[in-house]
Amino acid sequence: MNVAYALLQAADPNLPPISGTPFFLFTVVKMIIIFTIYMVGVALLTLAERKISAWIQDRHGPNRVGKGWLQPAADGLKNFMKEETMPAGVNKPLFFLAPIIAFIPALTAWCVIPFGAPLPTRWGRIDMVVADLPVGFLFVLALTSLGVYGIVLAGWSSNNKYALLGGLRSSAQMVSYEISMGMATIPVLLLVGNVSLNSIINQQAWGGWNVVNLTVAFLIFMVAAFAETNRLPFDLPEAESELIAGYHTEYSAMKFSLFFIAEYANMVTASALMATLFFGGWDVPFTSRDNIGPYSGWLTLLSIGIFLFKILFFVFVFMWIRWTLPRFRYDQLMSLGWKLMIPLALTYIVLIAAIMLGLSAADIQPGMLYATILGSTNVAILLILFAILDRGRIISPAYGRLHPRELERMRQVTRRAQMAAEAGR
Amino acid sequence: MAITVRVVDRPVEEVSYIRATLKGMGRTLSHLLKFNDRATVQYPEEKSAISPRWRGTHRMLTTETGKAKCVACGLCPTVCPANCIKLVPGEDEEGNRYPLVCEIDEFRCIFCCYCQEVCPEEAIHVGRHYENSEYSRDGFVYDLQRLMDQSHPVCEMWDPEDPKGE
Repeated sequence: MNVAYALLQAADPNLPPISGTPFFLFTVVKMIIIFTIYMVGVALLTLAERKISAWIQDRHGPNRVGKGWLQPAADGLKNFMKEETMPAGVNKPLFFLAPIIAFIPALTAWCVIPFGAPLPTRWGRIDMVVADLPVGFLFVLALTSLGVYGIVLAGWSSNNKYALLGGLRSSAQMVSYEISMGMATIPVLLLVGNVSLNSIINQQAWGGWNVVNLTVAFLIFMVAAFAETNRLPFDLPEAESELIAGYHTEYSAMKFSLFFIAEYANMVTASALMATLFFGGWDVPFTSRDNIGPYSGWLTLLSIGIFLFKILFFVFVFMWIRWTLPRFRYDQLMSLGWKLMIPLALTYIVLIAAIMLGLSAADIQPGMLYATILGSTNVAILLILFAILDRGRIISPAYGRLHPRELERMRQVTRRAQMAAEAGR
Repeated sequence: MAITVRVVDRPVEEVSYIRATLKGMGRTLSHLLKFNDRATVQYPEEKSAISPRWRGTHRMLTTETGKAKCVACGLCPTVCPANCIKLVPGEDEEGNRYPLVCEIDEFRCIFCCYCQEVCPEEAIHVGRHYENSEYSRDGFVYDLQRLMDQSHPVCEMWDPEDPKGE
């Protein structure tokens, strides 16, 4: 009890980081705790998804097994008991490996995401992150792009047309959107001047959340995150109505379950990244005590709670959008990615770099004025962007407005066809 | 025959993806928040009301003395289009007819309600009841005692004077 209370006491902010044997011990403890919470959380998210879908459709959702709370446990049990099917002609090693490859990167990305204010102990300061890599964000980008291999290999090794089509779609989709995802984060890195996730959070604690500074980058990142996690409206790799179940058509029991868990794990990771990059991570809003100390256990708990809240909010948005929007057509998906997102991200990088150069030339330090200037620029860009998108055709339905030039071209085709028919008669 | 393409130029309000998306998100959120207005009926606990003219499994009404009202006139097996009623009449010392055997095969029954309509004593009825399950087919052959033991409400037949049942 005394130890627990001592852990929660306030302490000196300049405490040296923990080292030696306690470092290893606490790292292992952090790993175990994160893994456990993550797995249980992901299991509960499957329940949340079903509940939210039910509520959106005016239903009750699962409410039988333990008032609904034990539904994930029942599902897990069912998946363990089910038969593992092995279709004829599969490539066995890859068929086994694919779910693992899909699952591991989503989990591993978590080890560099800081989830709370540092915890002071008598052995030194414990950073609330499993591994505080100096190249934190690059590590996340590298790992999330590995996830596509699991899906492609699953599609290829299944010896099934639909699975292969799903895998191919996913490779095209994820490669396309990875570019805009990476580019959307460049303005953040420009603003921070560092790729460590801890310094990104620190910068936001002082300079305002990046969702204000870099709203457009946030929107691009969010759309790309939907595509990267294969969630609706970008779930073309799965596409129940066209490809049965896409890349995991041939999978059953726990192997299927791993893909399922991987999808939710990816969703949580993407939400955590959005919270970290654009919503201040574990930063408690409207106070600065969480950034300068004195740190205490209570502060750590509070910041973890805040971070969890932010993640859950984004997870909710993921689900809310899934049960609202229908799937994109494949060409719409591609034209959105290549014709809109990538040029927009590129232009935005140039624009933000220019503004930052101008601000530093005018000798304005990061702070209130800096954030206001950046924020108002973003609002202006957004207004223009929405006005263009509103009238544009890139993400409009097939019956959307046509450019007058296109209209004229189509009319001419019709006229020519009529003339040819008359001449032939 | 030339293929003609009808080119429709719709107004922005109809084709804008962003407006449609925002509208849809609002719609789903409003349904999400309607916590007390769910369409599901939690079946075993809650049951939706069934029509007063519902035609389910049979029931034999009894007199005050606990005997079946049936006088074994033989009208119901005659009118029955599915031929599912088996009736053997008997007669007691005072000359009153009563059914010795009255068996209804609920599997053969098509629930047309003719037996209830034709019965002069208002003895046989079809019931307002739908939860029937048995472990064997024989379990669905109801004998006289079982018909008398049923306690669910009975069908109210259609009344030409009051076609909507008000």
